[in-house]
Order: sequence, then C-alpha cells, then structure tokens
Amino acid sequence: MTIAPSALRSRTRGSALRRLIDEVGPVDAVGVEERAAKYTTRSIKKGSKVWGLKTAISMVDLTTLEGKDTPGKVASLCVKAMHPHDEVGAPPTAAVCVYPALVAAAKAAVAGSSVKVASVATAFPSGQAPLKTRLAEVRQAVADGADEIDMVIQRGLFLAGELNAVQDEIAAVVEACTEAARLKVILEVSELETYDAIRAASFLAMRVLRPGDFIKTSTGKTSSNATLANNQVMIEAIRDFYLETGVPISMKPAGGIRTAKQALQFLIAVKETLGDEWLDNTRYRFGASALLNDLLRQLVKEKTGAYQAPYIFSEAAESY
Amino acid sequence: MSTKSAPSRRAKPAAKPAAKSAAPATPAANGRPKPRSGQPELVFGDRWEYEPAPETVDPGIKPEYDLFIGGKWVAAKSGKRFDSISPADERKLSSLAVANEADVNAAYAAASAASEKIWLKMSGRERGKYLYRIARLLQDRARQLAVAESLDGGKPIKESRDFDLPMCAAHFFYHAGWADKLEYVTPGRTPSPLGVVGQVIPWNFPLLMLAWKIAPALACGNTVVLKPAESTSVTAMLFAEILQEADLPPGVVNLVTGFGATGAAVVGHPTPKKVAFTGSTEVGKIIMRQLAGSGKKLTMELGGKAANIVFDDAPIDQAVEGVINGIFFNQGHVCCAGSRLLVQESIAEEFVERLQRRIAVLRVGHPLDKNTDVGAINSKEQLEKITEIVASGVAEGAQLHQSRCRLPEKGFYFRPSIFTQVTQSHRVAREEIFGPVLSVLTFRTLEEAVEKANNTAYGLSAGVWTDKGSRILKMAASLKAGVVWANTFNKFDPASPFGGYKESGFGREGGRQGLLDYLA
Repeated sequence: MTIAPSALRSRTRGSALRRLIDEVGPVDAVGVEERAAKYTTRSIKKGSKVWGLKTAISMVDLTTLEGKDTPGKVASLCVKAMHPHDEVGAPPTAAVCVYPALVAAAKAAVAGSSVKVASVATAFPSGQAPLKTRLAEVRQAVADGADEIDMVIQRGLFLAGELNAVQDEIAAVVEACTEAARLKVILEVSELETYDAIRAASFLAMRVLRPGDFIKTSTGKTSSNATLANNQVMIEAIRDFYLETGVPISMKPAGGIRTAKQALQFLIAVKETLGDEWLDNTRYRFGASALLNDLLRQLVKEKTGAYQAPYIFSEAAESY
Repeated sequence: MSTKSAPSRRAKPAAKPAAKSAAPATPAANGRPKPRSGQPELVFGDRWEYEPAPETVDPGIKPEYDLFIGGKWVAAKSGKRFDSISPADERKLSSLAVANEADVNAAYAAASAASEKIWLKMSGRERGKYLYRIARLLQDRARQLAVAESLDGGKPIKESRDFDLPMCAAHFFYHAGWADKLEYVTPGRTPSPLGVVGQVIPWNFPLLMLAWKIAPALACGNTVVLKPAESTSVTAMLFAEILQEADLPPGVVNLVTGFGATGAAVVGHPTPKKVAFTGSTEVGKIIMRQLAGSGKKLTMELGGKAANIVFDDAPIDQAVEGVINGIFFNQGHVCCAGSRLLVQESIAEEFVERLQRRIAVLRVGHPLDKNTDVGAINSKEQLEKITEIVASGVAEGAQLHQSRCRLPEKGFYFRPSIFTQVTQSHRVAREEIFGPVLSVLTFRTLEEAVEKANNTAYGLSAGVWTDKGSRILKMAASLKAGVVWANTFNKFDPASPFGGYKESGFGREGGRQGLLDYLA
C-alpha cells in the first residue's frame, strides 16, 4: 500500500476496474441469466422439500432494520429466531440482524441459544461516513456482543475506480472485527450495475477476508436486491476463489427473497455450483424477514397436507 | 466452523494476485487455478437428493394406430404392424401400421385429390385460419403432447415442455401469418404452390421436425404425404387427431408410418413435385441418387459435426454452460449439436476441469422426471452405435471422462462423456456420433480455429465464444456453417432460416428463405 492509486493509474493503461475484470474474467449477462433460469425449473418434492425448507430456515438471518426498532421489538424477534415454529420441528434461525444500537438488547435475548447476533455497521446502508467513524461503529458493535458484522462497501469509491481504497477499508473492518466476529461484506450489487463489476467486487473483497467470512448481495434498502443471477455470479466467484486458494468464503443473498420457492431455488443454485459443503448455515445465509413465515407455512403444509392461514404464524418482523 | 485466522496476512491489495497464493503451483493465465493433486475440490454428493418428480399427465396414446390417409384412419394394405416402445423403460407404447407401396399410393392419391379440389382453390387467408387453429390446438394440448414426446423419444420432459412444444406451435403461428402474404416472398413475382410434396423426418425432434415440414408446406398451398421416423411416430399420430379436430380438409396432410422401405416409397413416388428430407447424410445420399434426374425439387437437412470455438477471453462459465447445452441438449441427438469443442490452448486445461465439474451435476434419468437433464438414448441401435464409436475413441488413444451418475436399470442410457487429447484424425472428431459425447480439441490462433472448424465434411452450425465483437464477425464470415451462434448455442426461431453447407445438406427451413422451397 505504498503506491497511491492515482500514481498507479498514471503508469498503467485502463481503469483499475477494467484491469481487475481482465484478471478475474468477464461475465456474459445473457448466459448467466439463462443459467439461473434453469434452477427455477427444478421440482423439489416431499422429503427433499422438507430438508430444503428446514435447511433454509436454519440459514435465515432474521432481520429488522427500521428506524422504529425498539428493545421490545428486538426481543420478540429473538424469540421468533430461537423458536420459529416448534410444532413442526423447525430449527432455530442462524442469526438475528439488527442495528448496532440494539446489539446489546439482542445479545441478552438470545443468550444460551445457538442464534447469533449480527449487526449492520459502517454507516449502513450508504456507507457514506468517514472511515474512522465506521470503524468505531464496528468496534462498538463487537464490544456490545455482536457475533457477526454486516458492513457495506463504499460504492462511491468503487465506481470512482479507487479499488485499492475499497479493499483497504474492508481489511480495516476485518481487523476491527477481531477474532470475536465474522464479517459479511455487502457489495450492494444493484449499485454496481454490471455482472462484471459484481464478480470483480467479489474478488476484491474475498482477497482480504478470512475463511468463513461472507460476501453479501444487498442492503435490502435499494430497489433491486438479491436475484438468482447475481447470486450465481457471486457463488461462481466463491467457487473459483476456493479452488484457487483453498479459502472457503460464505455467501449471503439478502433482500427480495420472500417465498420458500425462491429460497429453494437459491439452495439449488448452491448445491449445483458449490456442492454439499455450502449447504450449511456456516457457508450460506438468507438475509430476510418475510421469508421465514413462508418457509414455516410450507413446512406445516408438508406435514399436514393443508396450507394454514397466515395468522397461525407469529409475526416477528416486517418485510425488508 | 473455522472463522478465525489472522486477518493481516491476507490483507493484500488486489493488484498483487501472486502474493495471495503461497502454494507452490504457478497460477495459470488470468490468475485461475492449475490442477494439482491435493488441491481443494468441490463435493457434489448426496447431502440433498432430489426425490423423483414425475410428470403425471396421461398422454392419451391409443394402443394401436392405422395410417392417416384422406382425413381418416385407414388400415394398412400391407397388413403388417410394428411396436413402438419407450426408450425410457423399453415398454410398449403402441402398435403402428407399416405402409407399403400401395398404402403410399393411396396417400398420394388423397393428397392429389385434396390439392386439386380444395387446397389450391382456397385463398391464403382461409388456409392461414387452419394453420392458426392447429397452432392453438398444439398449445392447448402441449402438456399431453410433451409427455407423449418424452415417452416416445426419450427426451427430458423439461425439454419437450419448454422447447419442443412451444417451438412447434411457434412454427405454425409464424407460417400461418405468411399464408396470405406469399406475394411478398418473391417481390415482383406472384409465386404459386407446387401441389403435392413428400416429406420424411427424423426421430430426434419428432413433432418439431413435423412442424418444420408441414407448416411451410401448407402455408404455401401444398398438400403433404409425410413419413415420421419408425421409432418416434406416436406423436405424429396424436398430431393427426389435432388435424381432425381442426377440421383440416381430408387429404391435405397424410401420415404414413413404417421403416426405410416406406420412406423410399414416399420419396420415390412420381407424384410429389418436391421432396424434403431431414435425417442422416447416409440416407440423404441414397435419396439424392434415387431422385437424380427426376426434376423434383429437393431439400436436405442432414448431419453435422459442429465446432464450438472458445477463445481465451470468453466469459468462461457462460461458455462452459453453452458448450454443455450444445452437446447434451436432447442427449446429443441434435444435427447441429456442438460435438467438437475447439478451445484455445492457453485455457484448455482449466476449461476441461470446469466441464467436468459441470457434468458432475447433470442428472441422467427417466425422461418424465422434471429434474432430468439428460434423458434416454432414442433406441437400442443408437445406443449401440454410440457405444461403438466411443470405444473407438478409447482405442485410438483419446482420454475419456464420464460423469459418475447412477443410470436407470431399464431403458437406454449413456453417461455424459467428454474426450480429451483428441486430434483431427480421431474418428470421434470426424464422425457424427449423435449422442452425449463431446470431443475436445485445442487451437492456438484464430486462423487455426477456422481451419480446424472447417475441416469436416459437414457444415450445419458453429459456435463462437469471445468477449470481442469484431472477432465474432470475422469468425462468422470465415466459418462454413449454415448457422453461427455467438456467445450462445442452440437458439432457434421460426423466422430464422436453418440449413447446411457441404454434406449437411441444402435448402433452408424457416424464415422467408424456407418458403422459397415450397413455391414455384
């Protein structure tokens, strides 16, 4: 990090992003969308469906990210995460995901359970705060007991071509997480616009992450979020990085996954791209809130043969 | 799981890829991996098995069918019948009639009568209405026909449901639109119908090939005698029921089932002004000899040995997907299948590794299972032919890679296969296999790629994979193939003419060009 990005640019042709894309390879939009569409034609029945639903439940980061969140709301979310629907043997979710101010409340509520507390830090969702401030936010969340930190990259820096700066910031957040917390790096794919850029950004992040850290699609705060196609681009990047380095990076699509059917399609993509080892909540997560009740509804239906009314399932969070 | 390791070691900027792998191997071009033993590998195991998801609609196949002549079911004068079996489990589907010369005579008599008395006199707009009606009925019955097509031919239900049937209806819709606009096909000249045409179709896309033949013939005002392939005639019989329901005038379409002798009678008959054949180059040559000097118009859509050419700058995962789709679509029973992969030498090793990972998750199984990617080989004979030529590849020193999936116990199945270390001299690189077998060759320069791609008796299709647009255009102009796909493969549209160079045949099907062969 001794060479300033501007100096580097003056000595090599083309933008930093273009050079990175050349290095990690381009993505054809039509092709990747066709590949993704094939997952939607899979038909998952009976035992496979029950396994898929339960696995998906165990991968949910049950999320509430609203200005009106209170310790009480977070406490009820935590109970839902620990006991989504015990009547059908639904496993607990992987984690709850809250704003940093509510980490302590969440930590107390999930004490003694397997449910982790994740917190969106680094001036979520825009990331437009000084690095010093963002790092302080991360340190405070970790100090309050967060097991996982969901950071946003500075898309502005990325689009301006300051890739090294983006990567340095991620590395700095990794250090701020210490050994106590895993990191999830939100690329905010809808603001990167192209699949080429999503693949490049995935590599940029993975190269400074630790095994078991995540790359994540979205904040859920923009108009378009996780899709099967951008999930595909990112899990292919994870696959290539793993085969190259042996470092397994985890994946979290977030936002826009509202139905069990969608969740199963994402899992099919994981099964057929990354294989068995990623069908586990240490390697794959869903950032969602409305999704959980649809997974439960389908799980009850598999058991009873009938769809239950929505009010049968406890409300714990509004959609995101 | 292990989440902890020292972060500082990995905190390296992107611009220094070499620094991140302390491992001994040298990274390949583009910073991508070189294969090493002990290298991390993905596990495609049984952690999450898909349970069978069979399509259960009743295809409505009757236990026996006669010949469809003059709008009616007519018993064959030959008195002979044969069984149609399903390649999926070798069970009998139906009993079909063998048409002999007398039966073919009757079919042509019906076609001639219908041509003179009805079809030639009818306005294009009225003819178009019948075509629209047939198209809509095909859509109405798509699910039933898809199941029948998969049972009869062995192709996966997801292909018959998502490709064959929609395309089949699309061809009728497209040509229905032409029926009253034929004067615009040949500007400055009003074309006229030929009269009666004879058509023989193959077993790989039974209904779709039937649509490619019948739709333009009817739109142009001709009547038809068509012989479907002996192993896949059942859906043609279901199509005859659709023609009855559409009230198509008797004799406009006549369907005669049977073997090679029936086909020879159909093409050799004096009545048809035009003969259209889709099938093997071998049979195509026999027909051409038979019809030489007869004055009949002839179109031939024959075999292929298409090259899929992958340059080092190609979007690699999408190219892998396209190559897989190009060769394993319909078990490789596709005349335009991308059966030769020409990959630039600098990425060949990596590309083959990716192909192997991809075939590891291809599901071979019963055609009616909605999760089946590769279905049953169409017939025992075809399975034997594939097995024989694959054995020759091994004997000639090419290296065979096959997926390790389980195959059903009954029925005709073949594992998705990839040959590496193949040269231009290997049989597997020269002969059309018509099965799920890919031969991988390498090239160094664009010129070499073109030379190798064109070094074949065939010239039906080709694929080019590169991120560079100008290279696509140069390749498209240099490749001697009827269709060149760029960064995609196996894409069809009724408006796009399809046909070959060299021993892949002549004449075009689809589009305005496809109509010309059915008009005088």
